[in-house]
Amino acid sequence: MEHLIQQSLGGLATGAIYACIALAVVMIYQAIDHFNFAQGEMAMFSAFITWQMIDWGANYWVAFFVCIIISFMAGVAIERIIFAPLRDAPIFTHIVVFIALFQIFNATAGFIWEFTIKEFPSPFPERMPFETTLIGPHDLGMMLVTLIMLALIFLFFRFTPLGLAMRAAAASPDSARLVGINVGWILALGWGLAAAIGAVGGMMIAPVVFLEPAMMVGILLYGFAGAVVGGLTSPGGAVFGGFLMGVVEPLAGMAIGSELKLTVALVVIVTILIFKPAGLFGRVVVQRV
Amino acid sequence: MTASTLPDTETKEGWTPRANPANSLRVFGVPLPQFRRISIIVAIVIAILLPFGLEGFDVFQLTQVLYLSMAVLGLNLLTGFTGQFSLGHSAFMAIGAYTAGIMMDQWDVPYYLTIVPAAFVCFVAAFLFGLPALRLEGLYLALATFALAIAAPQLLKYEHFEPWTGGVQGLDLLKPDSPVAFLDNDQWMYFFSLFFAILLIFGAWNLVRGRTGRAMIAIRDNPIAASTMGINLSIYKSVTFGVSGIYCGVAGALSAIVVEFIAPESFTFVFAILLLIGMVIGGLASIPAAIIGGAFILYVPNFSEAAVDFFFGGDPASKALVWISFGIVMIIVVYVMPTGIAGFIKRNLIRIAR
Repeated sequence: MEHLIQQSLGGLATGAIYACIALAVVMIYQAIDHFNFAQGEMAMFSAFITWQMIDWGANYWVAFFVCIIISFMAGVAIERIIFAPLRDAPIFTHIVVFIALFQIFNATAGFIWEFTIKEFPSPFPERMPFETTLIGPHDLGMMLVTLIMLALIFLFFRFTPLGLAMRAAAASPDSARLVGINVGWILALGWGLAAAIGAVGGMMIAPVVFLEPAMMVGILLYGFAGAVVGGLTSPGGAVFGGFLMGVVEPLAGMAIGSELKLTVALVVIVTILIFKPAGLFGRVVVQRV
Repeated sequence: MTASTLPDTETKEGWTPRANPANSLRVFGVPLPQFRRISIIVAIVIAILLPFGLEGFDVFQLTQVLYLSMAVLGLNLLTGFTGQFSLGHSAFMAIGAYTAGIMMDQWDVPYYLTIVPAAFVCFVAAFLFGLPALRLEGLYLALATFALAIAAPQLLKYEHFEPWTGGVQGLDLLKPDSPVAFLDNDQWMYFFSLFFAILLIFGAWNLVRGRTGRAMIAIRDNPIAASTMGINLSIYKSVTFGVSGIYCGVAGALSAIVVEFIAPESFTFVFAILLLIGMVIGGLASIPAAIIGGAFILYVPNFSEAAVDFFFGGDPASKALVWISFGIVMIIVVYVMPTGIAGFIKRNLIRIAR
């Protein structure tokens, strides 16, 4: 029983990261109706930037926040430079560009920092402040950081004018434009936020999975699964789905062996898409002809 | 009003098809349909003569181009003509390769009997996977196939399948001997692959020209209008998925026979991306484009790796440059050349020749 609790708590901690990725995916999905297949690679790249800054001697938390700012600006830049001209292009073009970005980030990280596995420092103390065998300090810290970030994002969307403008732009771009919201830049801002959220996820998971260009592929898949389970139209649902996938992963691993970890995500995605395409908390979107 | 001024569709004799306006175009003084026919014949003659003038390894590479082209063609039928996305066609190629490989390795089936079963297994697998496509819009299908592509190598390595799949090591196969005296083994495999390639190209050409092809294109251009016209979207989508699986299955089986080796790592997500790159750069919704795409997948990575080695001196990290440039080229292609190389050639050929 204790083992089960340990596994589930560890799963919740990893789930926090899946929740980050799922939330980032859902934010971009809401803005432009497409999945960002490059989300994981962007997060990986952010983690590498932090690693580089720490390697140059920066303090962890300084590097952490500088990286979030860099990721944010990079996200804005990607939207402005690459996606803004393609706003009305067919879905296919968007998917190709996402895949191209996936490739570019992955290969650039390999080119600059090589494909070898690197250790990424954990900012949290080695020992727990209180006696427990149920959860490790990094797992607990990871969960706390993610929860704080999610709370901040919630407050941002709920209580600031900018957050309201972003929700308006996602819900109804044309009406938002009519009331004077610059939808183009709001979309770019959404990309920036998504990149920053992904960056936090990348930096938090890097000590667990070790830093290398391919580290995010499995995590991205679980993030997608979380987003699909929670519902692509519901940011809160995506977060819930991410945590859920975090718990599902070790339990499924105990049941059928961890070699099939990615297959579990595949099965979850396909099952949800078949039986409840809108996800647990999503709205059913009806298209008008 | 005399009968001659009435539109064709209202004549008493019933509907007569109007001439395709493209057919009145002239290329180098030859009407387009004739030009097309001549270029097909020339292409086949070249394809038959080519292996006789080349070294063994070059013939081997040409054979690889043939089966890669088939995989790209399968993907193109699905994406270019029907407008459905798959990032997971590497998985179907893996199924084809493993079907052929397991038949040859475990049951000692001769290689030439493995192609059709591989195609069949892939059709069923792709059809079943595409069946949820009844419910999945393009983007969700892309997501599901993305998951499939990432999970596939893991499934192939799974320990309980190891007696058949050979696990991480993969399967070593025997190279078939040429039954014809004047052809060496490489040349024989080339003609063996060429036979299936021509068969599949002919099939695809007939498929997209006919009633089914028009339905597929209608689904791509406007699914709602297509269903209003009485096209059963779900059946067409899943069958197209299955047919595109056949192409990948044959390609996979040929790859297993030609390369004599299959391993899970040959069918990763990277390979699915390569197929996508081949399709985008070759050109969407075009059959000749598949061959351009196949050649691109095989030659350009090799060539660019050699070029990078030359300039950066064999550093393994510099290989990544190739992939960076691929990504950039893909973005540039969707910006400036959305119809790919094939569309680019076609447009300019007509413009120059007129």
